[in-house]
Amino acid sequence: MGELDWTSIPGALPFLWAGMVTTLEITLLAVLVGIVWGTLLAIMRMSGVKLLSWFAAGYVNLFRSIPLVMVLLWFFLIVPALLESLFNTPRSADTRLSSAMVAFALFEAAYYSEIIRAGIQSVAKGQLGAASALGLTYAQAMTMVILPQAFRNMVPLLLTQGIILFQDTSLVYVSSLADFFGAAYKVGDRDGRLVEMLLFAGAVYFLICFSASLLVRRFQKKVAT
Amino acid sequence: MGYHWNWGVFASPVPSGETSYLGWMISGFETTLALSLSAWLIALVIGSGMGVLRTVPNRWLAGLAAAYVELFRNIPLLVQLFIWYFVLPELLPAGLGDAYKGTNPLLQQFVAAMVCLGLFTGARVCEQVRSGINSLPRGQKYAGLALGLTLPQTYRYALLPMAFRIIVPPLTSEFLNIFKNSAVASTIGLLELAAQGRQLVDYTAQPYESFIAVTLTFMALNAIVMSLMHLLEARTRVPGSMGT
Amino acid sequence: MIAIKNVSKHYGSFQVLSECSTQVAKGEVIVVCGPSGSGKSTLIKCVNGLEPFQSGEIIVNGISVGDPKTNLPKLRAHVGMVFQNFELFPHMSVTDNLALAQVKVLGRSREEAVQRGHQLLERVGLLAQAEKFPGQLSGGQQQRVAIARALSMDPICMLFDEPTSALDPEMVKEVLDVMVGLAQEGMTMMVVTHEMGFARRVAHRVIFMDQGRIVEDAPKEDFFGAPRSERAQLFLSKILQH
Repeated sequence: MGELDWTSIPGALPFLWAGMVTTLEITLLAVLVGIVWGTLLAIMRMSGVKLLSWFAAGYVNLFRSIPLVMVLLWFFLIVPALLESLFNTPRSADTRLSSAMVAFALFEAAYYSEIIRAGIQSVAKGQLGAASALGLTYAQAMTMVILPQAFRNMVPLLLTQGIILFQDTSLVYVSSLADFFGAAYKVGDRDGRLVEMLLFAGAVYFLICFSASLLVRRFQKKVAT
Repeated sequence: MGYHWNWGVFASPVPSGETSYLGWMISGFETTLALSLSAWLIALVIGSGMGVLRTVPNRWLAGLAAAYVELFRNIPLLVQLFIWYFVLPELLPAGLGDAYKGTNPLLQQFVAAMVCLGLFTGARVCEQVRSGINSLPRGQKYAGLALGLTLPQTYRYALLPMAFRIIVPPLTSEFLNIFKNSAVASTIGLLELAAQGRQLVDYTAQPYESFIAVTLTFMALNAIVMSLMHLLEARTRVPGSMGT
Repeated sequence: MIAIKNVSKHYGSFQVLSECSTQVAKGEVIVVCGPSGSGKSTLIKCVNGLEPFQSGEIIVNGISVGDPKTNLPKLRAHVGMVFQNFELFPHMSVTDNLALAQVKVLGRSREEAVQRGHQLLERVGLLAQAEKFPGQLSGGQQQRVAIARALSMDPICMLFDEPTSALDPEMVKEVLDVMVGLAQEGMTMMVVTHEMGFARRVAHRVIFMDQGRIVEDAPKEDFFGAPRSERAQLFLSKILQH
């Protein structure tokens, strides 16, 4: 093969940046919704109500046992069809971004809920008894005593899961949505410079994720001491 | 919604007529199995070796293993796969690269996916092995050395047998992940289970049957692997340890 | 048998051992005591090279431990060591714990190793437990197995690193009895311990360490009669108050 030729990158930067914005949008939304929905799932799972805990356990196990690629394909296939029949949205409407966001949020919630459940359980062991001895109700103990401590301990794990999610968003490639990776692939394909663009994309992901995980580790040390 | 369910679709022949759609699904399942198991072998070997290196008293070796982990953990699996598949053959010396590109494309897809998944998962296995070794009391290493065992012998007979027992549960989830992650190989055209499911959608207009079948197969695979690993965990449990 | 000359060791700026010198003759039993953090465990781990040291020299049976050319595994094979937390290998039966190094290091056949192991188990009174796993034994039993494991290598001397401090009080005696027996047979021993009764019974010399230094190194009678340093006196009176 010939020499590597990086000249197609500068011109493509605005397009790549737009892709990165899409990537970040999906990541942020999925992290936020995933944590909220994951917390609810964790609480349902630990609640004494059988129906709720079965539902939460089934939900988590379902999403954790199928590949993310399959989940994305389901959503690209079903969500548009559902929207079409429910709201009569025109078929031509581009629902790929919203499908991706919904898919990632629901998928990540399953993983977040397991992190959160473990975090709550590790705090709840001793503290629940102490809180109820003080006369707090279960709900009060949860919201005032246990969740604040549990979340403080969990922050590093939640952030690390966020970094994994950021990497996983590249899988929206299966719907040919132009996230950062999709944009890089498209430019490379168009200019016949796929090799350079793939290496460039890999380097960018590495720099972002590596720095982020260094920050998380530093934060973790700070919390631990 | 007026969808016409037809589970009989799997029995009908594919356009070329040489097999049924069920045949496609089965061949996809076989590819998923072959890919996941061969990649798991690579992951176990590389991950264990690197995991041991991370704990040895040699800065260069430990640093090499740490660099491996950081590199493979901080680049998305999909990007790694594309680099193995599209980029690496181009970076090989011309003669070798051309020879490789002349081989069966199906083989190239499989090899790229296998190496990619193996090294990607190996980085995670490495971290588990490292934490398993580090969770053992420091005295265990001393005890092996004090008996006159060499450092490699101490690892082989004293440290690793316990470390691996400790990390069976996290290794189980990495093993499960490799089956799930193998679906990413569909993006380079490897006809594993998810790709066959997608192909069925294109050919039959029965998307739900196909996707439900693929999803259920993955769930079944998950359940089988999990119970096998529970069995392994019970078989290797040390008498007198917690839980017996 | 063991000569320790001006050994110093530091982690960064923290001095763990400074200028330690002493020697152990063949057949001698030396007790090393001192407050926690005094460096006594570190010193004994330097003797078989488990802990490296920066300056000074340790000679065991004519071989320099600190010399990078020394074959440490070979040296350690002849120096038995017993640890505070037993450190039996939990995934192996008692028999296999005893046989492992005999087979892998000394090159004995498995039958030979098992036979030798069982002899020693009988000696520490645990032959009946030979097929059990460490986790199924009490602490005192585990420590006796650990002593048998060290003896199975036919060591020329034995190092004990606080062998009874992790034990419940009622189990201390069974371990000390085995050690007293060894001492009476003329085994060369270096023992880090707070068991002053043991020191009185079988020790030839007592070494008292504090802040990384050997403060006192005296025959047993002198040490218990009138320790010269104030710190050793204070230490002894605290120990006796228990």
